[in-house]
Amino acid sequence: MIDLPWNFAAIPQYFLRFFPAALMTLQITALGIFVGLGLGFVAGMMRLSTYKLISLPSHFYIWVIRGTPLLLQLFIIYYGLAVIVSIPRLPAAVIALGIHNGAYIAEIFRGAVQSIERGQREAALSLGMTSWQSMKRIILPQAFRRAIPPLGNQFIIALKDSSLASTIAVRELLLRTRQVGSSQFMMMEMLIIAAVYYLMLTSVLTLITNRIEKNLSKSDRRN
Amino acid sequence: MYKNNIIEIKNLDKYYGKLHVLKNISFCVKKQEVVVIIGASGSGKSTLLRCINFLEFAQKGTISIDEKIIKTKATDLHKVRQEVGMVFQHFNLFPHFTALGNIIEGPVQVKKISKTKAILRAEQLLEQIGLVNKRDNYPSALSGGEKQRVAIARALAMDPKIMLFDEPTSSLDPELVGEVLSVMKDLAKKGMTMIVVTHEMGFAREVADRVIYMDEGRIVEEGDPEKIYQSPENERTKAFLSQIL
Repeated sequence: MIDLPWNFAAIPQYFLRFFPAALMTLQITALGIFVGLGLGFVAGMMRLSTYKLISLPSHFYIWVIRGTPLLLQLFIIYYGLAVIVSIPRLPAAVIALGIHNGAYIAEIFRGAVQSIERGQREAALSLGMTSWQSMKRIILPQAFRRAIPPLGNQFIIALKDSSLASTIAVRELLLRTRQVGSSQFMMMEMLIIAAVYYLMLTSVLTLITNRIEKNLSKSDRRN
Repeated sequence: MYKNNIIEIKNLDKYYGKLHVLKNISFCVKKQEVVVIIGASGSGKSTLLRCINFLEFAQKGTISIDEKIIKTKATDLHKVRQEVGMVFQHFNLFPHFTALGNIIEGPVQVKKISKTKAILRAEQLLEQIGLVNKRDNYPSALSGGEKQRVAIARALAMDPKIMLFDEPTSSLDPELVGEVLSVMKDLAKKGMTMIVVTHEMGFAREVADRVIYMDEGRIVEEGDPEKIYQSPENERTKAFLSQIL
C-alpha cells in the first residue's frame, strides 16, 4: 500500500456538516436561474423583434454579458455599486448569476424560436391568427420543448458558477470547504466532499431535465 | 369590377430583390370556380398563391377579395386570411396538437367559438375526410395522406370563402395521392371556390373549370382544361405539357 498524505477516513464524519452550505448553493442557483429565465425570455423575444429599437438593447446586453467574466460582473454589482447602493451578499450573488445566465438563456430561446419551421407560422397566419397568437399558441410551445436540453445544460453551468459567490463571502459550498479545510488542515478531504455535493446536485438537475424532456415529448411518440 | 368575382387580381408585380418573380399578373376567380395553376418550378405559381393569402407581398398591383381591394398596410390581414383557407405542400400541421386539436385551433382561438361547438364541427369534418378514428392521434402518428386531409379539415373549420392549395399532393407517396384528391374533388362538388397549384392532370381535367399555365412569372395561357391539355396554343405550354404527360 502506498501511504497517502490524506486522511480520507475523516470524510464521512465531516460530510453532513456541509449540508447547510449545499442548501445555500442550491438557493443561489435556483434564484439565479429564476431571474435568468425571466431576463432571458424577455431579452430573447426582444432580439427576435424586427424593430431595431427593441432588438438593439437586447443585442447590447447579450454582447456585454457574454463578453465579460461572471466574476467581474459579480464584483461590479457587489463592490462597484457599493458606492451608490450596498447590496447584501446573497442578493448580489443572485443578481449577478441571474443577469449572467439571462444572456445565455436569451440566446437559447432565440435559437429555439428560430428553429421552428417557417411553415408553422404560415399555417397559423393562414388560419387568421395574429402574429402574437401564432407566437403564443404555435411557436412558443414548440420552442420551449426544444429549449429544454440546452436549458438543462445552462442550469448545470449556473450551479457550478454559483461557487464564485464564495469570493464575496456567501456561505455556500466552496467557501465552507475552504474554511473547514484550512481550519482542520484537511484541504483535499474537504474539497472531495465539495466535489461529491456538486456531483449530486448536478446529477439531480440532469435527472429533472431529462424527466421534463420525456414528459413534453409525448406528442412525438407514435400512438 | 364584375359581380361574382370573388378574387380579382390586377397587374401584380413581385420582386425578390432584383429577381422579377411575378410579371403583371391579372386574373379573376368567380364564386364556386375551381382554377388549377400549372407551370414548371420557379414559374411563380406558388408565389402567386401566397400573395393571395398575403403570406407574400407584391410590390405593385391590387388584389381584391369579395369586391374589396386589400391594402396590405391599412388592413387587418389576419381578418382577410380568415376567409381564405390555405393548404400547404408540407402540410404544416401543428405537431403539439392532435388531429382534433389542429382542427379546432382556428375556430377556438380566432373565431372564439366555444370548444364544445368547435369539437362538434371538427368531428363532422373528420367524418368528411374519413378520419374519425384518428381523432386523437398526433401528426407524428399519421401518414402523409392523413396529415394532408387533416390540414384540409383544419382550413375548412374556419369556413373560408376560398381555399388555396399549394401543391397539396407533391410531397406524398404515389399511393396516398388519391385519398387527398378525392377529398378535394368532394369539396369542389360542394361548391367551394378553389385555386389549386398542382401537376395532377387527372384532377385538373375532372374538376377544374379553368387551367392557367404560368411560365417565368407570367400567365402564358389560360382556358378550359380540355383545350389546354389537348391543344395548347403556346409553344411553351406545349413543351411543358409534353414533359409532364
